[in-house]
Amino acid sequence: MKDFEPKILGILCNWCSYTGADLAGTARMKYPANMRSVRVMCSGRVDPGFIFDALRAGADGVLVCGCHPGDCHYHEGNYKCMRRIPLTKILLENMGIDPRRLRLEWVSASEGARFQQVVTEFTEELRALGPLKLSELNFDPDHPAGGDNQIAVESAAHDELEAGH
Amino acid sequence: MEKVSITIDGKPIEVEEGSYVLQAAEELGIKIPTLCYYEHMTPYAACRICSVEARDGKGWTKIVTACNYPAWDGLQIFTNTPRVITARKVNLEMLMSHCAPAPVLQELADELGVKEPRWGIGTDTCIMCGLCVRICDEVVGAHALTFSSRGIDREVSTPFKLESEDCILCGACARYCPTGHIRMTDTNGRILHSELMLGPNTAISIPFRQAIPNAPRIDPDYCIHMTTGGCKLCSKVCPKECINYEDKDEFEELEIGAIIVATGFQDFDPTPMKQFGYGKYPNVLSSIEFEQMNNAASPTDGKILMENGEEPRSIAILHCIGSRDEDHHKYCSRVCCMYALKFAHLVKEKTDAEVYQLYIDMRTFGKGYEEFYQRILTEGVNVIRGKGGEIVPSPPEYSGEGNLLVRCEDTLIGKFREIPVDMVILCTALEARSDAEDIARKFNISTGADGWFIEAHPKLAPVSTTTEGVFLAGVCQGPKDIPDTVAQGTAAAAHSIRLLNMGEVLMDAAYAEIVEEFCSGCRICNGLCPYNAITFDEEKKVSEINSALCKACGTCVAACPTGAIKARHFTDDQIYAQIEGILA
Repeated sequence: MKDFEPKILGILCNWCSYTGADLAGTARMKYPANMRSVRVMCSGRVDPGFIFDALRAGADGVLVCGCHPGDCHYHEGNYKCMRRIPLTKILLENMGIDPRRLRLEWVSASEGARFQQVVTEFTEELRALGPLKLSELNFDPDHPAGGDNQIAVESAAHDELEAGH
Repeated sequence: MEKVSITIDGKPIEVEEGSYVLQAAEELGIKIPTLCYYEHMTPYAACRICSVEARDGKGWTKIVTACNYPAWDGLQIFTNTPRVITARKVNLEMLMSHCAPAPVLQELADELGVKEPRWGIGTDTCIMCGLCVRICDEVVGAHALTFSSRGIDREVSTPFKLESEDCILCGACARYCPTGHIRMTDTNGRILHSELMLGPNTAISIPFRQAIPNAPRIDPDYCIHMTTGGCKLCSKVCPKECINYEDKDEFEELEIGAIIVATGFQDFDPTPMKQFGYGKYPNVLSSIEFEQMNNAASPTDGKILMENGEEPRSIAILHCIGSRDEDHHKYCSRVCCMYALKFAHLVKEKTDAEVYQLYIDMRTFGKGYEEFYQRILTEGVNVIRGKGGEIVPSPPEYSGEGNLLVRCEDTLIGKFREIPVDMVILCTALEARSDAEDIARKFNISTGADGWFIEAHPKLAPVSTTTEGVFLAGVCQGPKDIPDTVAQGTAAAAHSIRLLNMGEVLMDAAYAEIVEEFCSGCRICNGLCPYNAITFDEEKKVSEINSALCKACGTCVAACPTGAIKARHFTDDQIYAQIEGILA
């Protein structure tokens, strides 16, 4: 396990996080090369499908970065993201995937250092979690989350929202 | 009205029959002293100082009061005969027997040669001229004042001497009181001097000197006419009849090709920082207050004075109040170091006061700035590296040196210091206006965490915003000094002109579009769009995106359950392909 290098997909919003990552670069800050980034215009554009697809395609973790709450270039796109990610995490959990493999972080355009820190931390965490082995999952696609789980999904999402505000 | 001819001191004049002699004298330029006459109020003849001698030329003669004596044909008025002077003297002496010699009475006494009033000098300050009562009745229309009692008990008061509900606090009575008997005070009994209030203090004024149009405007909150329906004095004195009380705020719709947002900043209010005693100690000023005091047109005529009217012996200038402060604003306000140095220079130029600069870092970054700093150092300004920590009243052992004590740490010598000063200037932070968020929403631009508007790119597009055709100029985008503001303003103007000449706006090709065949008409996307770009076509039962309004954030794309929305340049297919590619 020692030589395991996780693959991370970073989905970065154009206005804050992508610029923040750019700043980390121009400021010559080093962060693990494990993360590969895809730029979207807004964290609100992040379709949960992207996350599942990334995990399917071999990513060990997905990092979604957006503008800090209140700073969204499109006013409220990051709030939409803030609602979607907790729900996606619950789905991942139901599939048997550790929800820690999905991370949502706010990184502003001026936070190059924070971006560096976030990526470093996430890489370390994934390194500790080990590789994602989809073949070992006991997720049964024919029996997705049932009635009880649905309630759990909603209340967990509600708690996340409360905590978010 | 018929015209009649009268003469005043031999000078003939034609006036309307029944008009008052005092007005005719004014027209001729003959001065008749008076204490209770004001042209927009009914003459009252209370003071009787305007006594003149009336004759008919046939031997009839009488002492009359000029303010309310009507003119008739053949009337001869004499304003300077011995009889007139005697009458005025007697009237003045009688007033003075009741009243302390207010400046206006003393002046008259000197003029008439009354050295020692025969019946002594009183202590009251009211001369019963009735100007206050009449202005409140006739001009203001509030009817809050009246004469009460009779004989020697007669006095001006509110009805039953109670706090009047009718009083609108306009201050007209205090303004017209010739002796200062009526004064405006606040609830603590502190006298409010109109001269000490900075800025316009009348209901009609030119808002500031560079105002465009440079014309007075009426503040409806303070206008007496708009409060009581009375007054209208301004329209009575305006020779061009320009006053329009009916004018209202109007909304105008303008077609424009570019917008420059230059909404500026607001001053950080240091009141919550109790350690500095702003608002508590009168000689703790904010920088803008000190700047106003320095203005040649200020109430102090540009002199640097303490509240008691004396020149301060020493002044401390505290940098970074509210800026570079974890508890308030983390950013540097950029302009303070330089204006603090300017203040030091002005103080040295105008007074003999000692000046202490208490700074964290001296940021003299611009062209010629460091040279100015060096010059200030040679002027004998005490520059202490260490932020002012606290301001307290001086303990007795320091009272010879200053009324206030500034406590700070001098980080260069590593010692705690207490500096007695007479005046403290707080260099307050520039902060984003409290309504910046509303403005941002209005123009579809965004504010950063500090409230400053965000430019399109910090290095490559510092004037543009992410909304096409909206530009930023000045401190609303972030703290900057005058040269930088002028540069940005000029750039914004140039950008705007480029747009105006082009006649059309180029949009980004990135926007979202709906594939009609796939749209189920669920309308989930409708409420998600922050720009209201998505509407629902009731006929086709599908949603539609206005591509001119769409900013391509893609929130709707991610939400669409049928995948009917395509974000151009960020389609699902493109992103999936990217994911596939970089994880391969």
